Amino acid sequence: MKNRLKVLRAERDWTQAQLADALEVSRQTINAIETGKFDPSLPLAFKVSRLFSLAIEAIFEDDESE
Amino acid sequence: MNTPTAGPGNWNDRLKKNSIRLGYWTAAWVGTLAIAAFGPKFIWDYNHYISVLALIVNLAMGAGWILANKQNLRDMDGLQQKIQLEATALALGVGIVAGLSYELLEDVHLIGFQPEISHLVIVMSLSYAIGLFTGNRRYQ
Repeated sequence: MKNRLKVLRAERDWTQAQLADALEVSRQTINAIETGKFDPSLPLAFKVSRLFSLAIEAIFEDDESE
Repeated sequence: MNTPTAGPGNWNDRLKKNSIRLGYWTAAWVGTLAIAAFGPKFIWDYNHYISVLALIVNLAMGAGWILANKQNLRDMDGLQQKIQLEATALALGVGIVAGLSYELLEDVHLIGFQPEISHLVIVMSLSYAIGLFTGNRRYQ
């Protein structure tokens, strides 16, 4: 699953550690999501969506939808 | 820079507390296991009542350790749980396969000594450690 997490984070000038604290996950998890190694759970995706005030579809993109 | 607000649950603090609690329970379980194992010979001269009491205390500490481990896993994030799951699956699989083969070696007289459960615990611990290491490397 592709995502725009890194771009959205960079736009706000946030570090991975700050984003991890806000989402209550480890920095390793943020890095793994950004590099596409790990897909977040639905509750975490909703948390990301709320934090960036964007719809989930605007952040995460299903590979199979292409 | 507009920094995001940290989550309300102090997730990092909770995880640290869980780890410390798990460490205490592990130490208590290992300590009481050592007392139950060596106490009869070196401290209370094989008194059955004290031996049973030592075993009950050890089992209670073991139950506490299991609950503390469960709580620790529950509070981890999804990726950490995934790494733990994969490491545990490896340790369990290796434990069953290696354990049964080890037992078989003795049954068919390929080894001349009695297989010890402690050897299996060492193999499972090493497998778990390797699983954690490779899991953490994979998701770095």
